[in-house]
Amino acid sequence: MLRYALTKLGGALLSIGMVVVATFFLFRLIPGDPAIAYTRDVPLSPDQLALLRRQMGLDRPLPEQFLDFVLRSLRGDLGTSYEYRRPVAELIGERLGPTLLLVGTGLAVAVTLGLWQGARAAWNHGGRLDRFSTGLSLTLWSVPTFWLGLLLLMVFAAGVGPVPGIFPTRGMEDVDAPDGPLYLLHVAHHLVLPCLTLVAVVYAQYLVVMRSSLLDEIGQDYVTTARAKGLRDAEVRRRHAVPNALLPTVTLVFLHIGLVVQGAVTTETVYSWPGLGLLFYEAIKGPDFAVMQGTFMVLCVAVIVMNTLADVLYHVLDPRVRSA
Amino acid sequence: MSDATARRREGRARFWREYRTQRSGMYGVAILVVAVLAALVTPLVTDPSGLDVTRATGEKMAPPSLGFPLGTDESGRSILLMVLWGSRVSLLIGFLSALLSMVIGTVVGIVAGHFRGWPSAVLMRITDWFLVLPSLVLALVLAAILGGGTSTIVLAIGVTSWAGTARLIRAQTLTVEARPYVERSRVLGAGHWHVMTRHVLPNVAPLVLANTTLTVATAIVTESTLAFLGADAGQASWGSMLRGSYDWGAVTSGAWWYVLPPGLCIVAVVLAFTLCGRALEVVLNPRLRGVS
Repeated sequence: MLRYALTKLGGALLSIGMVVVATFFLFRLIPGDPAIAYTRDVPLSPDQLALLRRQMGLDRPLPEQFLDFVLRSLRGDLGTSYEYRRPVAELIGERLGPTLLLVGTGLAVAVTLGLWQGARAAWNHGGRLDRFSTGLSLTLWSVPTFWLGLLLLMVFAAGVGPVPGIFPTRGMEDVDAPDGPLYLLHVAHHLVLPCLTLVAVVYAQYLVVMRSSLLDEIGQDYVTTARAKGLRDAEVRRRHAVPNALLPTVTLVFLHIGLVVQGAVTTETVYSWPGLGLLFYEAIKGPDFAVMQGTFMVLCVAVIVMNTLADVLYHVLDPRVRSA
Repeated sequence: MSDATARRREGRARFWREYRTQRSGMYGVAILVVAVLAALVTPLVTDPSGLDVTRATGEKMAPPSLGFPLGTDESGRSILLMVLWGSRVSLLIGFLSALLSMVIGTVVGIVAGHFRGWPSAVLMRITDWFLVLPSLVLALVLAAILGGGTSTIVLAIGVTSWAGTARLIRAQTLTVEARPYVERSRVLGAGHWHVMTRHVLPNVAPLVLANTTLTVATAIVTESTLAFLGADAGQASWGSMLRGSYDWGAVTSGAWWYVLPPGLCIVAVVLAFTLCGRALEVVLNPRLRGVS
């Protein structure tokens, strides 16, 4: 067990190392002088530019620059944004909260809903709910996240015809946000539409996975045994089949975290939700290469860490894999 | 040789017979035929000068009317015209990036499956890395660094989406190479190249086809998302139209004719590719038959 976890940990470290290497070389592909590219729109005198080049280490040989980059990344120093005139790590830290709130709520709802509906669909497969679920997940799969966001925005925030909008169009809070416990309600009100969009992206995945993994269990002998014991149908499902089907599903929830990150970037952009995704989008639009580089690394590392957790968790949860 | 040709023709006929029994797959084909025809015919029957902001003739943000069946955008251009021309960009980028992704995925998959030991281990390590990374984020960074243009977008999507294909093809390569006739061929002195191109490739080709169809679907979604997030190819695609609708407040002012048509086109085409891909999978993979 420990050996398995260590192997996975080693793999994760290697992957993170690859992210750092890839980031370094990718951001050296930027055409033109990096010092000018990074300080776009900020007027600099030749002296300042020379100083900046020295600070960025551009006057030193490439291997030395690389080593410096790795060491600074390890210390959590992700460079300085000239757009915001602040350290990138600080900016990222500020935006982490809203993203975690959005992604956390979205995941919780999507997982609950997806697993519940997936189990129902598989249990009565071929039935109405099953056909509806399959159709819905296929459609949601084909709908671009941002367009779904636009539609929700149009219907529920701007309002259609005589129906007024009932949700705010952008942001996490208004300038006149109330204090105290009402503030939570205020934020929750803003959270509804972004959360709904994010749920739509990932929920279909969970539904499909739960459905197919429960379908695998339905034919098993132990389910027949449970029925033969005279258990009620709902109990066979709840106490016998679903717990076994949950195993592969739980890990897939973690494995799909990359999808969630992508969903968060688009959702936050559509609703101007002040999270990491919006920061990344603004950096792309700028372009603010320092922020882009920092957020890119943080997002990638987060996804790798979650995936490794999923691998280890699967091992802990499922004895069948351990013996194999 | 003619023997083989006849056999191949018969195989294709059988394939088509089986495919036709897949109802949803046939819907997919029908939608795709319409979409591709529309994209091909557009330059013959419409005048691209209507796409020029300075020569737009309509009123700004006008709802659908007789002259403009789908209304106009913020500078008075016809939405219908933009959707038609946008289909060319969206479909082209979708096809090309799926092609690139398929080529990379197939080559990596076959090579990783054919050679054992460290080359395979290294390739699979890289594949897993690409599989785990949030591909949209990587594609955005690539597009931002390399600058706009159709080829950049194709490259950004292709380079970030091949990992799934590679895994699939590698698994299939392993099973093909375990078959006795490949061993016989090796004993007769066939080299790596011969085995990979003459035995493995034809056997994984059907799988590649089904997978590519699904890849086009995701590539079109990715293209529109990239365009919406600001990394467009410089030409109006469905995604960049939606960007425009968002930037010009069509969403909040209720200009549904600007938001719905491009989005519905994306959904229809992507759904069609997905239906085709799933039908192909069912036809080509007998194990899936009977299981929905």
